[in-house]
Amino acid sequence: MTAMILSWSVFLAQVMLALAMGCAVWRVAVGPRAQDRVLALDTFYVLAAMLLLVFGIRTGSVVYFEAALVIALLGFVATAALSKFLMRGEVIE
Amino acid sequence: MTHAESLPAWAAILVSLLLLLGAGLGLVGAIGLLRLRNFYERIHAPTLGTTLGIGSILLASMLFFTVLQSRPVLHEVLIAVFMVLTTPVTLMLLARAALYRDRREGSAEVPRSTTGEG
Repeated sequence: MTAMILSWSVFLAQVMLALAMGCAVWRVAVGPRAQDRVLALDTFYVLAAMLLLVFGIRTGSVVYFEAALVIALLGFVATAALSKFLMRGEVIE
Repeated sequence: MTHAESLPAWAAILVSLLLLLGAGLGLVGAIGLLRLRNFYERIHAPTLGTTLGIGSILLASMLFFTVLQSRPVLHEVLIAVFMVLTTPVTLMLLARAALYRDRREGSAEVPRSTTGEG
């Protein structure tokens, strides 16, 4: 019984996160401007980290946590660099 | 999910609620990203997912592994601290870049700069 509750809620959480990632991908594709695309990409990174954590709960392994940590780190660096690029037109001056 | 049978009922229900809360907040934030009209409204929406959303999923993960391995598993705190530190920084940078670009183009939607720059 408890296993069924847990597996159903994990499945629902995965579906909701996949839908949310679909929304973010749609915003990356449509735009309309560059800053909207960067914002959607940042959202996409965070949702991917959340989806990996849910995968970790589903499989019961701790390996997915490290992938989520790396995604969170790289997402911050990518968004910071892209905002710098939008502001100045170049990343390293 | 064979390992889940060893989980007590209270932990399973709590983990399920936290998971659904986190994923639901992420979905609401992403729908807001689609539905809101301009960039300065849209930048607020995903922060639902990046604060409480990922926070509750991290809590669910911590609780799940702590009960399953019957020892405290706290390394998810790393991601939580990191997200709390970086989300405001990235979104402020992005909003300033967008404001700069809109002012450069002479957009009528944003207020004029009072210091004369940009």
